[in-house]
Amino acid sequence: MVSNVKLQEVNAVLEDYPTAGRDALIPILQQVQKRQGYLSPQAVIRIGEHLNLAPSKVYGVATFYNQFRFSAPGQCHIQVCRGTACHVKGSAGVLETIQRLLKIEPGQTTRDGRFSLEVVACIGACGLAPLICCEENFHAQVSPAKAEKIIKQYQKKVTTDG
Amino acid sequence: MATIEVNNRTIEAEEGRMLLDVLSEQGINVPTLCHLKDLAPSGACRMCVVEVEGARTLAPSCACPVSEGMKVKTHSPRVIRARKTVVELLLSSHPDDCLYCVRNKNCELQDLAEGLGVRQRRYVGESRRAHLDVSSASIVRDPDKCILCGRCVRVCEEVEGVAAIDFIGRGAATEIGPAFNTGLNTSNCVNCGQCVAVCPTGSLREQSHLKEVVDALNDPEKCVIVQHAPSISVTLAEEFGVKPGKDVAGLMTAAMRTLGFDRVFDTSFSADLTIMEEASELVHRITTGGKLPMMTSCSPGWIKFVEQMYPDFMENLSTCKSPQQMLGAVIKRFYAEREGIDPANVYSVSIMPCTAKKFEAMRPEMAKDGLPDVDAVLTTRELARLLRMYGVDITAMAPDTADNPFGQRSSAGKLFGATGGVMEAAVRTAYWMITGEELADLKVTAVRGLDGVKQAKLDINGQQVGVAVASGLANAKQLLEEVRNGRDDLHFIEVMTCPGGCINGGGQPLRTNPEAVKARMRALYKIDREDTVRTSHGNRAVQRLYEEFLGEPLGDKSHDLLHTHYQKREIIG
Repeated sequence: MVSNVKLQEVNAVLEDYPTAGRDALIPILQQVQKRQGYLSPQAVIRIGEHLNLAPSKVYGVATFYNQFRFSAPGQCHIQVCRGTACHVKGSAGVLETIQRLLKIEPGQTTRDGRFSLEVVACIGACGLAPLICCEENFHAQVSPAKAEKIIKQYQKKVTTDG
Repeated sequence: MATIEVNNRTIEAEEGRMLLDVLSEQGINVPTLCHLKDLAPSGACRMCVVEVEGARTLAPSCACPVSEGMKVKTHSPRVIRARKTVVELLLSSHPDDCLYCVRNKNCELQDLAEGLGVRQRRYVGESRRAHLDVSSASIVRDPDKCILCGRCVRVCEEVEGVAAIDFIGRGAATEIGPAFNTGLNTSNCVNCGQCVAVCPTGSLREQSHLKEVVDALNDPEKCVIVQHAPSISVTLAEEFGVKPGKDVAGLMTAAMRTLGFDRVFDTSFSADLTIMEEASELVHRITTGGKLPMMTSCSPGWIKFVEQMYPDFMENLSTCKSPQQMLGAVIKRFYAEREGIDPANVYSVSIMPCTAKKFEAMRPEMAKDGLPDVDAVLTTRELARLLRMYGVDITAMAPDTADNPFGQRSSAGKLFGATGGVMEAAVRTAYWMITGEELADLKVTAVRGLDGVKQAKLDINGQQVGVAVASGLANAKQLLEEVRNGRDDLHFIEVMTCPGGCINGGGQPLRTNPEAVKARMRALYKIDREDTVRTSHGNRAVQRLYEEFLGEPLGDKSHDLLHTHYQKREIIG
């Protein structure tokens, strides 16, 4: 049932591209991800059918770009900035801490669906580096220790919410 | 024509042709790791660079068109330094385990490193994380050994029209794999093994059944029976340094006995059996208004392709099992009983030019009461490995003949090894079935040769029968689209997954070139020309099998043992 609804969303995007060729692939991927938060295997296959492309081709193009993700975003979506300023101020350690705590890599979602992790190039607030963004709240000057605190906080919050 | 100068030698070449092709025709050896003859150049590997006078940089000769007055150096110090650096960079992240690699001494990367004199690891790169993909019944994928040349990706898409794999990710993290980077078993891979055949390294190889076969050969309880496909006898010798086109059927039979196989049978026998069933089915469909055009079912890659991508054509597929599976079924369900052997103690091995046959043998429909019709499938390459392991030199054997009754074949069955062969054999027998007479000229020239699509109109008893033959699934796709769009003059279509048919299968000796395929084809035609029994219905052993056991083609026993069914498959999973 759920997947039917999801496919309908994909089909709704495809309706805007009735006679499209492979050159329409990226805008279609972007719109599907905008609606669904990620590109599900079903969506990749459906888009491929529409454009007469094998799923491997669609997946190959999508993985080339950083903007596409292939697992559903978690309840709390965490973005870690790895731009130059953040890097200089130690964002590598922050990212590593979060990966260790959540046991996921960038682009992945925890099995319980609570957290997902994404690396972004620059949030545009370099003066506050290193930055992370959780549920669209920005956290400035994050050290590994501070990151741990923030994650623990959200772990509690997401549990009580859920 | 343009006049160009290569290494101070004047050469006439067609303007606009790619330099690499011209050079190789002139016997000038320029290495490449990514180029495939007859496919568009990709320029990925940079091994074929040459120095063109007046050009700022080295030019990749695979993608460099010939132009008038061009002056080229193919082995200048600058060129050799560039090639050597490319190889060193490739090796920087490549595993060092050549001694243990299935491609040891038969690896294009190793050859280049050797030839260019790489003697030390100058660059140390990050080695990639190992995740061997052993999920497929046919093909093992080892991304660690991949040099990202992209040959497999192009063959899969351009020759086979499947596109099971593509480049995933980018930069240093790029790898090649199926959609969602899962196992090949849940992808739309049809197991043909053409990717294995073009892989320059050990990154793609067949799923080996050698250990199982060796264990069975050493098990005194087991009666180990081997069958060999029609194309094996004209390709095996190449593994032992003999030039392409030599038929070694007798030597191979003797070698198999030396290895300890208890019976040696010939899949060409069951190719004849297939023709009896398939030609009957064709005649039946034509006379009773059945689903047409009928399509052949011997090539397991093609079968999976139809099941997942063209399920609307499943009814067109002949219900006949492939020769491998027919013989497997007849051995365990008839022969074993007649010989007083418990079928559970029969270990049935087939030698195939094909990796998809491994998948086919494991299909659940190809077993009865928990006993698979065929237990293990070895490719031509694996048979050669087995022979080397046992120190058997096939060139030193005294020729021997195969066992009765399934060692007898007609030359029509032998033709199955080349594209058009099933069609030719079927036409000979269908003509006889309809008219009661033999074709005046048994040679059906229109379906011979290496063209991707061959078509003919045959006159059988005043009826026009339209036939088409395709090899390489991209070519088959074309025909299917025509039929889908209403083309209705075709009665029978033969499809082989690999271009040229089994003689160019994914399990054949590596580094097969188009000339070798031609030579193998000529060898099969020669066998047919010189044989005395040239029709499947003329095979006495087949006739006796019907008299003794099966009754008649398409009869109850045939349906039980020799026919199968198909199922729609999801593209993924």
